Amino acid sequence: MRIDRLPWLLALAAFVLLSGSALLSATAAQADDHALVTKGEYLARAGDCVACHTNPGGALFAGGRAMATPFGTIYSSNISPDPKTGIGLWTANDFYGVMHAGRFPNGGLIYPAMPFGSYTKVTRADSDAIFAYLRSVPPVPQPNRPHELRFPFNNRQLILGWRTLFFQAGEYQPDPTKSAEWNRGAYLVEGLGHCAMCHSPINALGGTSESKAFEGGLIPMQNWYAPSLTSNKEAGLGEWSIDEIVNLLRDGVSHRGAVYGPMAEVTFNSLQYLNDADVRAMAVYLKSLGQGSPLPPENSGISAPESSLLLNFGQTVYETNCASCHAKDGRGIPPHYPPLAGNPSIQMESSVNPVRMVLNGGFPPGTAGNPQPYGMPPFAQSLSDDEVAAVVTYIRGAWGNRGSAVSARQANELRTAPLD
Amino acid sequence: MATLWLSLMLGAPVIAPAQPTERAPDTLQARLLACAPCHGRQGEGTNNDYFPRLAGKPAGYLMNQLVAFRDGRRRYPPMNYLLEYQSDAYLQKIATYFAALRPPATPQAVSDVSAAALARGRSLMTEGDQAHGVPACSGCHGPKLTGMEPAIPGLVGLHASYISAQLGAFRYGTRTAAEPDCMQLVAASLSESDVTAVAAWLSSQPVPPDPSPVPKGTLQMPLGCGSEAN
Repeated sequence: MRIDRLPWLLALAAFVLLSGSALLSATAAQADDHALVTKGEYLARAGDCVACHTNPGGALFAGGRAMATPFGTIYSSNISPDPKTGIGLWTANDFYGVMHAGRFPNGGLIYPAMPFGSYTKVTRADSDAIFAYLRSVPPVPQPNRPHELRFPFNNRQLILGWRTLFFQAGEYQPDPTKSAEWNRGAYLVEGLGHCAMCHSPINALGGTSESKAFEGGLIPMQNWYAPSLTSNKEAGLGEWSIDEIVNLLRDGVSHRGAVYGPMAEVTFNSLQYLNDADVRAMAVYLKSLGQGSPLPPENSGISAPESSLLLNFGQTVYETNCASCHAKDGRGIPPHYPPLAGNPSIQMESSVNPVRMVLNGGFPPGTAGNPQPYGMPPFAQSLSDDEVAAVVTYIRGAWGNRGSAVSARQANELRTAPLD
Repeated sequence: MATLWLSLMLGAPVIAPAQPTERAPDTLQARLLACAPCHGRQGEGTNNDYFPRLAGKPAGYLMNQLVAFRDGRRRYPPMNYLLEYQSDAYLQKIATYFAALRPPATPQAVSDVSAAALARGRSLMTEGDQAHGVPACSGCHGPKLTGMEPAIPGLVGLHASYISAQLGAFRYGTRTAAEPDCMQLVAASLSESDVTAVAAWLSSQPVPPDPSPVPKGTLQMPLGCGSEAN
């Protein structure tokens, strides 16, 4: 009897053990999934997917956000996991095809408003994690809106030509001569961060060439100038400490300056959520880009006498309207009243940004590190074109700053620049 | 300090770092200086016809507007731009801050519309026009037109141009509120001359000594409003 029961007991024990281990491995798989989704969410932040694929106040990743381009209006697509209108039927391979090759699952060409030229540097593992995260958000049934592109840009076959000129597929290749931290920073800046989309000059074809990567440029349609990251005259990060760059990127304010315009969006939606190690790595890489560039020669289209008149008048305007925060000597009270003396974003060859700041004012983004930002008042109503030109000329030229003079006409033109 | 003296003695250019004790004032007033050119330093409004007074309006109303501007549901590009990247928590602080301010009243404009139009405006405000489906404005905005907590705004102390622009925006759907959008219904029932009359009469009324909104639930509202849940 005992002997008879033994195999049965053993079988039962084995069954219990087996099912127990199955249960354990199921739990482990769930934990793996959860970890993957969490990693994907973090990486989706680093890629700032939300900036284009979510309408302000709208459903997460439902797309439909209008983006004005020189070629017409493009509407972002629904990347929620809805099977009919989103990416619910895609596989991880399909998603990688978009990120890496800029092609839809059916092989169709994607307009380069989607920064696949940068995302191609993302590893397969990171792409899979982002895909797992996108699969985990609530599906939103919202059909994609057709783009409104002018002829001939409405012909997707043109993208083939564009790709030949400006696109090269390939994951990021670490530089073995550099530190792991530098390589991590480069991977984030060049890949998911897609910083080159704004910080490189855009040519007439809407392309950026690799040789001019990060050399700065006017952002089409927005009329903000994205400073060169390679020249110390512009973003000037080569001169900053790592902590100052970290504060600027993550908190939106630093002892050297604050983010504003389109960069405020990047800090608000993306950079403030990155961990310290990653922001620091980006800072290390960005600082290295700005090393050793010579200062470009000063360039002014305005005659010396006119320029000196503007300077004198500008000083009066400055002392009446600006000095109470930015101080008479232009040193500000950092980080909340940014310094103007020695601030490269004021002295760049393009005077678009300082003119717009005077006209429109602005708040740095609200972040965990700076939850209640100090706002700069708009002066569009209280200052005339002459006064704006004079005060911007003054802050570009006073206290050892080396920016060129600004004309009333330039100031006037920016009064109608779009604010959204 | 020793470095500073050394540099001075050696004749090297000195850019002394900002004094560590020097800090921007840690107040909402300093943070919100950006609002002053259009809304006044104390939210009392300015001479500009299109910018409203903010002080004393219920915090819930101000919060609804701040969120609507941030998310682009209420369109005015300079406001949309300023608020675009601010958190709910900060917007709530801003709303509470302006709601609590009680700056002295600014003098009201003298209206140039006819006495008949002013009388029509007054009648619409205090009695409504039942025949055209217009309830009395005071039924929701309070007997002194100072609003009701938490989200019905006071109407006194506003410029005529601002009032008619907002009524027009409600009417044509460029300014919307949570459904049911009561102001859309009311504005759609007003004629052009009614809008002029209401704006003229309202803007000529002085702000009462206590411009505080009446407490929540004080008034039995004549129609449902999504912004003011009963």
